[in-house]
Amino acid sequence: MTNIFNYIDRPSPIHRLTGATKLVCLLLWSFAAMATYDTRLLVFLALLSLVLFRVSRIGIRDVSFMLGFTAVFMVLNNLLVFVFSPQHGVELYGSSHVLLRLGGRWIITKEQLFYHLNLVLKYLATIPIVLLFVCTTNPSEFAASLNRIGVKYTIAYSVALALRYIPDIQREYHEISQAQQARGIEMSKKESLVKRLKSASAILIPLILSSMDRIEVISNAMELRGFGKNKKRSWYMARRFTRWDILAMLGSALLLAAAILLNVYNGGRFWNPFI
Amino acid sequence: MSDPIIQFEHFGFQYNAQSEPTLYDINLTVRKGEKVLIAGPSGCGKSTLAHCINGLIPFSYRGESSGTLKIKGKETGELGIFGISRTVGTVLQDPDGQFIGLTVAEDIAFALENDCVAEPELHERVQRASRMVNIQDHLGHAPNELSGGQKQRVSLAGVMVDDVEVLLFDEPLANLDPATGKTAMELIDEIQRQTGAAVIIIEHRLEDVLHRHVDRIVLMGKGRILADTSPAELLSGSWLADSGIREPLYLTALKYAGVTIRPEMHPESIEALTLDEEDQKKLRDWFHAVPPAPEKPARPVQLRAEGLGFSYPGKGRQTIRDLSTQIRQGELLAIVGTNGAGKSTFSKLICGFETQQQGTLQFEDEDLAALSIKERADRIGYVMQNPNQMISKVMIFDEVALGLRTRKMPEDEVRERVEETLKICGLWPFRSWPISALSFGQKKRVTIASILALRPKMIILDEPTAGQDYRHYTDIMEFLTALNRRGITVVMITHDMHLMLEYAERALVFSRGRIIADTDCAAVLTDPAIIREASLKETSLYELGQRCGLEDSRAFVRRFIDYEREVFRS
Repeated sequence: MTNIFNYIDRPSPIHRLTGATKLVCLLLWSFAAMATYDTRLLVFLALLSLVLFRVSRIGIRDVSFMLGFTAVFMVLNNLLVFVFSPQHGVELYGSSHVLLRLGGRWIITKEQLFYHLNLVLKYLATIPIVLLFVCTTNPSEFAASLNRIGVKYTIAYSVALALRYIPDIQREYHEISQAQQARGIEMSKKESLVKRLKSASAILIPLILSSMDRIEVISNAMELRGFGKNKKRSWYMARRFTRWDILAMLGSALLLAAAILLNVYNGGRFWNPFI
Repeated sequence: MSDPIIQFEHFGFQYNAQSEPTLYDINLTVRKGEKVLIAGPSGCGKSTLAHCINGLIPFSYRGESSGTLKIKGKETGELGIFGISRTVGTVLQDPDGQFIGLTVAEDIAFALENDCVAEPELHERVQRASRMVNIQDHLGHAPNELSGGQKQRVSLAGVMVDDVEVLLFDEPLANLDPATGKTAMELIDEIQRQTGAAVIIIEHRLEDVLHRHVDRIVLMGKGRILADTSPAELLSGSWLADSGIREPLYLTALKYAGVTIRPEMHPESIEALTLDEEDQKKLRDWFHAVPPAPEKPARPVQLRAEGLGFSYPGKGRQTIRDLSTQIRQGELLAIVGTNGAGKSTFSKLICGFETQQQGTLQFEDEDLAALSIKERADRIGYVMQNPNQMISKVMIFDEVALGLRTRKMPEDEVRERVEETLKICGLWPFRSWPISALSFGQKKRVTIASILALRPKMIILDEPTAGQDYRHYTDIMEFLTALNRRGITVVMITHDMHLMLEYAERALVFSRGRIIADTDCAAVLTDPAIIREASLKETSLYELGQRCGLEDSRAFVRRFIDYEREVFRS
């Protein structure tokens, strides 16, 4: 059964960091990568994330599906940007070095290519780190981490519960859809959209009804074992911060600081090599 | 006598949404270290009583109560649900549904986490509780890696971890196979001996609970306590028959033979039972007097499986291995075996939900491989265990008509067919009702009706009587037998050995993807090797026969079944 948390247990320094540390680092890192278009910093982040991947002992094969998915998305994003605003680079960098005229507005300039390079770098700087988080964070630890960074534990726990129940609900969906197909509910792509939506209701209504039963059982079970009794709770899977956790968070904070400083120094989010 | 820990005095309760009270004038005391079984048919108020004890009433389910309920001398209203949970630990019916944590250890730790118990103590107490129920080697396992019995152990550890003084079990046997149920009762007994906690078990399967000593049985009916006495007294009286609870099978057999059950015979378990020479003779005489049922003529083969092999993607082991069998037309057949033995997968292959990698399936000389799921459903209907998993319409009529309408049958024909089906299923009086107004058993009938409307020649039912008390169980089974008499082949996947013994003509016993036995049910439930491998339980009738000096005890079991069917039919 696939889980959205594709946790892969391997012995590595990244795995040894607590979930809370990894969550904080992920947030700081992605803010840094989002804040700036400074090519130098983006290259640095992209390279560093590849190094971290190496350190974590997660192989390309482990994340190939997600990589493929984001690669397609990235190409699509770039194409659309070029189709709809082929002169965006020129506007941003204030100069125009024409390389090739494709006709009409579609003129390839050095500025536009440089802008696309930055766009690609942004993907390269963020996606690996997100995948790294997903693959190295034990889902059991995730709720504890959310709680650690200040999310209320009742909310944090609902995340853990969702993770707990996703496989069950997937299985149930599968079973219900099989039984309904036997009664003639067509789910194949041959049918029209309206028909398929109607068919989907024949599966979703039973699924929702039986999930309601499930929710009643689980909420009773939780209440009977004291969930919500106190303002705080402890976590079986929680781990203590070590020196490495502090260092990792400091390092990520420095990256964000660097991004902000560069923005100030560049007088904007873009580093312009064309001046 | 030890101190009372739970005290009901003239207690009554009415849910806000209901017009009548559910409990009337309950007077009940449970003392430290006692073991009490609360039994009664569905709707008798036993679950409501359990909710009152663990505090879900009045804190989660609202309503009006009268009289008093004290736990350790304090009114429950003062304690609050969290206060009560320190004294009363509840193990709910569904071991899967109440598994909260992502792993065993986290689930056991749940109550402690909520109490803010910190590091070294937290881990140490989880360890201790897990050792008590012998699950310490599975602490890192996720719920889907555990069997039903193991999940129940985890639930038990999850309440034991808090050192509670009362353990409350809500239908602990409902989701377990017979052998696991037996182990569960032994475990509860052992835990009680170790901790000295009071144990309250809510269950309607009397014979299975009485596998281990019980101090008292509280029998409920229509919201009142009908009897509160020792098992021996209760089983000697006529209370059970009056309230629609199944008595242990060996007692039924003794009664058929004309033996009067008396408390001094220790009727509470087959092991404790003592029979004098006169009683034994009565039973032997009865055995010799009842004629064996005539052999039924062999009927033509309807479904033929040949060399089936199947494995789920990503799983190394085959779920079905080189399986061959035949199902005859008009049979009433039981498929039994542990979870994961391949019973459900076999039925999925028949219905076309999954496709076998090896072998063939033939239905009335037609290769099923050539037919789609929908086409197979016109021949073979499949009814899921939980009716809520199938119902998608608001009105009964539309639900039953669904399969016909998707097959584009003209509306007047649909009407005719649905009305006929509703009549067969005894749902005609409810035809214009919304489904939500029906009871669980009636919903089950609706789902069976919705399958029957397609006029299949065979129906496969997954646990047709799960969660039903004796009366509803009998209703459903009589209904299925009536369908069977109309010529429909009925295949039931079940854990229920009574169902097997009383209704099925033949049993296919699955173990690890193979059929290890294909014979009549009396033979299955008296064969120690099969019983062990398929996690079943020997029927108490077998031991009864042996006790009374019958040489062929298996024939005795058969005779009992034949006689029982005669009794029901007339």
